[in-house]
Amino acid sequence: MSTEMSPNPFTNLDPRSRRRRRWGRLMEGLASLAALLAIAVLVILIASVARRGAPALNVDLFTQVDAPFGQPGGGIENAIVGTVIMTAMATAISVPLGVLIAIFDTEFAPARLAFAIRMTLNVLSGVPTIVIGVFIFGLLVVGHGYSAFAASVALSIIMLPLIARSTEEVLLLVPGTLREGGMALGATRARTVVTVVLPTAFGGIITATIVAVARAAGETAPLLFTTGIFANAVVTDPSHSMASLPLTIFTKSELPDTHDQQVAWAAALVLLVVVLVGSITGRALSLRTRRQIEQTR
Amino acid sequence: MTGQQQPDANDAGRTPEVATARPATRLGELASGHDSDPAEGREVVFDLDGVTISYSGKPAIRDVNLAVHRNLVTAFIGPSGCGKTTLLRSMNRLNDLIAGASVDGSIRYHGHDLNTSDVDAVEVRRRIGMVFQRPNPFPKSVYDNVAFGLRLHGMKDDLAGRVERALRHAALWDEVKDRLKASALSLSGGQQQRLCIARALAIEPDVILMDEPASALDPISTQAIEDLVETLKTEYTIVIVTHNMQQAARVADVTAFFSVEVGDGGSRCGVLVEMGPTSGLFIRPSDPRTEAYVTGRFG
Repeated sequence: MSTEMSPNPFTNLDPRSRRRRRWGRLMEGLASLAALLAIAVLVILIASVARRGAPALNVDLFTQVDAPFGQPGGGIENAIVGTVIMTAMATAISVPLGVLIAIFDTEFAPARLAFAIRMTLNVLSGVPTIVIGVFIFGLLVVGHGYSAFAASVALSIIMLPLIARSTEEVLLLVPGTLREGGMALGATRARTVVTVVLPTAFGGIITATIVAVARAAGETAPLLFTTGIFANAVVTDPSHSMASLPLTIFTKSELPDTHDQQVAWAAALVLLVVVLVGSITGRALSLRTRRQIEQTR
Repeated sequence: MTGQQQPDANDAGRTPEVATARPATRLGELASGHDSDPAEGREVVFDLDGVTISYSGKPAIRDVNLAVHRNLVTAFIGPSGCGKTTLLRSMNRLNDLIAGASVDGSIRYHGHDLNTSDVDAVEVRRRIGMVFQRPNPFPKSVYDNVAFGLRLHGMKDDLAGRVERALRHAALWDEVKDRLKASALSLSGGQQQRLCIARALAIEPDVILMDEPASALDPISTQAIEDLVETLKTEYTIVIVTHNMQQAARVADVTAFFSVEVGDGGSRCGVLVEMGPTSGLFIRPSDPRTEAYVTGRFG
């Protein structure tokens, strides 16, 4: 037996293996780059909105309504109030409906029907929001005029599939053994859903709601058709037009006045912060709920 | 009790005569501790007559005839897939929850057929409680878990007292009395299972069905559950499904052995092979399949 070491097969690679190794590294690098790019886009976006919007952030912005055309000053109080009211109404419509759909789908519907409903919700969530806007325009605006109510209905159609699908996902995470446990104690199926399944999934439903609210708060297209762009006072009557953050950004950014443009940037910053806080809280809560449900398995 | 022997008597000290009379296997030794005719003079609680349970038309277990007697522990044993859990779940209509499940033949509880259309499955389940294979406490407090069924059935007078009695009954009170408000999920697996038993006991059922109640637990928790079964049978009728033959030999007064029959097309269906006093079944099984199973040559 020779005492001389043979060439190390792990470092002296044949050309095929070398090529495989180079490809592997290249692909890994590209994937990392793509991931970095996604993060970079978000960071740049937040930074640029913050840089341009921050100078116009002051008390007046939140306490003054839109100045009449051509006059200096003015804030976005009317837009904030409008967005809050319209989103709240849309939430009040879509959450009960979405949760009920999810309950029906996961707890009561036969498999085929459940599949059909799920497909419908997926399709609905893919419908362009401008189409939803036009639909509600035809349904509620023509003949009645612009109203915050019509806008809320349009927003609730956008929120509905989001809430129903995410609620379904959490309900499906609740283990079947808990349902059996409830029913073995003599609870009806409905009672078990209300007293065992829903409380277990509660956190997930809240998450679904927050994420959907964040989405709806930033929607622009459906508002264009339903509540119009002219509402420069604080309006609380849902049968009238209301201003909104997205439409304020849209109209003000088009105006020649630098103050208006600054207000647009500030409004964009406010909207962005609200949406970011909403999504981050939603995701964090969702992780917590998932962990809690895991424990019951 | 007749014909009993101390299973833990010191083997080495026995005389040869006694040794030859002694059952040859460890299982036999455990089983011989039970009454040789436990059902004598006892009321029949369940009477199953020609029961076949099918899923989407395919029988999972067929033509079962057996009786369960009051205040006894009846064990269902047998290899996986023999339908013993399916049969157990049909005894409180829990199979209703599975789409496509159907029962033929009659399952009578104190003479009343459980499967006629006017029977309220909810009332059935109140009287016939169930404990599952894996502990399934609700993600609520210890107290609320036990109070769940009580509130459900309007048994709200002296709620706290009822909860305490149920927990004492399940031999859990001393361990949880200072943490009744704590989440049930913070308990150990064995404690969770006893909580599930307490939850079932709280609504004062007549029968408790147990589906492999200790299979997910460690040996010490298993011991605690087995001790509990032993004390509970003075008040309740218990049917326990188990994979563990030693457990059946330890806790059951009567044992039913199920097996799987493979049909021509490769279809598998469970059948009841034999049923009898535990002391007899483990020591002198009458069917060769039972003998093969209890001596470990099969399954």
